[in-house]
Amino acid sequence: MKVLVPIKRVVDANVKVRVKPDNSGVDLNNVKMAVNPFCEIAIEEAVRLKEAGTASEVIAVAIGASVCAEQLRTCLALGADRAILIETDEDAQPLAIAKALAAIQEKESADLVIFGKQSIDADNSQTGQMFAALTGMAQATFASELTVADGKATVVREIDGGLQTIEVTLPAVVTTDLRLNEPRYASLPNIMKAKKKPMDTHSPADLGVDMAPTQEILSVEPPAERQAGITVESVDELVDKLRNEAKVIS
Amino acid sequence: MITDPEQMSALLDAIRRFVIDVAIPNEDRVEAEDEVPPEVVAAMRELGTFGWSIPAEYGGSGLTSEELALAFIELTRCSVAYRVIGAQNAGIGSECIIRDGTQEQKQRYLPRLAAGELLGCLALTEPDAGSDATALQTRAVKTPNGGYVLNGHKHYITLAPIADVFTVLARTDDRDRGGSGISAFVIERGTSGLTTSGSTPKMGQEGAPIGEVFLEDCRVPADALIGGKEGVGFSTVMKALNKQRINLSALSTGPAIRMLDEAIAYANERQQFGQPIGDYQLVQAMLAESKVEIEAARALILETARKRDRGEDVTLDVSMCKYYSTEMCFRVADRVVQIFGGRGYTKFRGIERFFRDVRAFRIYEGTSQIHLLNIGKRLLAGQN
Ligand SMILES: Cc1cc2nc3c(=O)[nH]c(=O)nc-3n(C[C@H](O)[C@H](O)[C@H](O)COP(=O)(O)OP(=O)(O)OC[C@H]3O[C@@H](n4cnc5c(N)ncnc54)[C@H](O)[C@@H]3O)c2cc1C
Repeated sequence: MKVLVPIKRVVDANVKVRVKPDNSGVDLNNVKMAVNPFCEIAIEEAVRLKEAGTASEVIAVAIGASVCAEQLRTCLALGADRAILIETDEDAQPLAIAKALAAIQEKESADLVIFGKQSIDADNSQTGQMFAALTGMAQATFASELTVADGKATVVREIDGGLQTIEVTLPAVVTTDLRLNEPRYASLPNIMKAKKKPMDTHSPADLGVDMAPTQEILSVEPPAERQAGITVESVDELVDKLRNEAKVIS
Repeated sequence: MITDPEQMSALLDAIRRFVIDVAIPNEDRVEAEDEVPPEVVAAMRELGTFGWSIPAEYGGSGLTSEELALAFIELTRCSVAYRVIGAQNAGIGSECIIRDGTQEQKQRYLPRLAAGELLGCLALTEPDAGSDATALQTRAVKTPNGGYVLNGHKHYITLAPIADVFTVLARTDDRDRGGSGISAFVIERGTSGLTTSGSTPKMGQEGAPIGEVFLEDCRVPADALIGGKEGVGFSTVMKALNKQRINLSALSTGPAIRMLDEAIAYANERQQFGQPIGDYQLVQAMLAESKVEIEAARALILETARKRDRGEDVTLDVSMCKYYSTEMCFRVADRVVQIFGGRGYTKFRGIERFFRDVRAFRIYEGTSQIHLLNIGKRLLAGQN
């Protein structure tokens, strides 16, 4: 069974991002980049399937500038067998990414495609679902448990109010939730081995995909500064403030 | 020397993630339980910390001195106990065997030390032989079958209560009172005549026990003698410590960086007289002095490591590194307690733990005084 894992290069989750003065986006200059945490969970799940003998090959794929090769190497160090970089300097947006990945899936015919449920930069949570629609594959999103057997995937999903278990027939798309697993750390011997694993590069044109953005970002604003709290003297005062100032109770 | 910058930055990323995700969240627990939890040890095995300095042919990563220093600076932005457990094997726990061991000794121990299956320790210090290590009195007497019988008492030995493999320094030549009468042995736990105490109560570094080693008619075969040669044990341990001093300097820099990070965050957050304490220039000065000294230490350590990687003699340099970095770390700890005020002295923010943990750096692996003496002596001998 072949597993394809699309991954995204994003700002490291531990970095406090700053909005650019012209509000055109966040400042990425000299900022530490990393594999999107949900994508890391996807890689970990794929590697575990391989270690369990369920999967035969794990392929990591990324779309973006040539520097995305760094994050693909990390995935190879975590246990992926090979990597594909679709190199573009365009601002890759979900629909174009999903189309490019669909073109890769056309070539690779993976049985399982595991996405992160969303990337922590724009939090769109769209790519996996768009990809499923484009390829006509079954989809199971927000997985917190995944079992693959007999050409089927059983997925426990985290939904409002509880857990839902569904079964999909392979080939299928799964998107990962936070609690699916805890990704491992790349050890130095594995980092060294990763250098020798194959990485292919394609251009969107090779794949017949137009990456031109279809959405325009008008303005990016930082969250409002949090006001300092106050200590109230009594429950009555608290109720009064909740009712008349915060207006959260009536 | 950095063999492959891209690989190195990937390793540093993995270490940083371990520190943020696993080490820091468990710091209070390590102190309360006086033990590094098994799952954290497992995560360090995954990272390969145990074998970073062990040559690749024996299952380690074979990092260069510069790479090892960078890795250690990154690994130690958390409680000291983690690196004692996870990385003593990548230092004094294995270094004597790496330096002067026979092929057989290397094959027997290094792969398991690199994998973290065995914990190694170095037993040099004795009640009457501290700074003056050549005064050690543990004796190893040759037996007719070629083996040795050891008798003696070691103390303050890091990880002695839980270690599996002991590098023990003992005198094989009674007439020679100096270093050339000393030999190094590698002895496994379970060897009859070798016992250890429980953990010796101490000021800090909870989770990283130290203890005593008792040798009472401890019989070892001839092949326990490191390198198969008598009388060179002190030179072996000095070679190992020469490298270890760069390591310890790096291990003193990581905690200083962490403490400064905490202090900067607190200076922005804590308000007095209606503004953040970081607005006051007297507080800024403490932050600035700490930053300058951390960067000075880092520059000295990395330059010394590169020199060692080029094969140059660094005996003078490592004393400077060890002295400066450990004293720097304690000065930073003291300023950071000051910046935290009462919160720095209480148990609630982990700052007083750092203060206690890093105090030991100025004592072991040569006290500050011994390193100053060494630097002075070498300067006067024309090594400048
Ligand atoms: C936490 C911890 C872990 C340790 N781990 C190990 C280990 O794993 N293996 C091991 O073998 N040892 C270990 N040690 C022992 C350590 O190396 C010794 O404590 C150290 O070398 C100092 O020896 P001492 O304690 O006997 O002090 P002493 O040598 O008695 O020194 C006492 C004081 O006198 C000063 N002094 C001594 N001689 C001179 C001089 N000539 N001129 C000026 N001042 C002098 C010293 O600087 C010091 O201030 C550890 C110690 C500690 C605290």
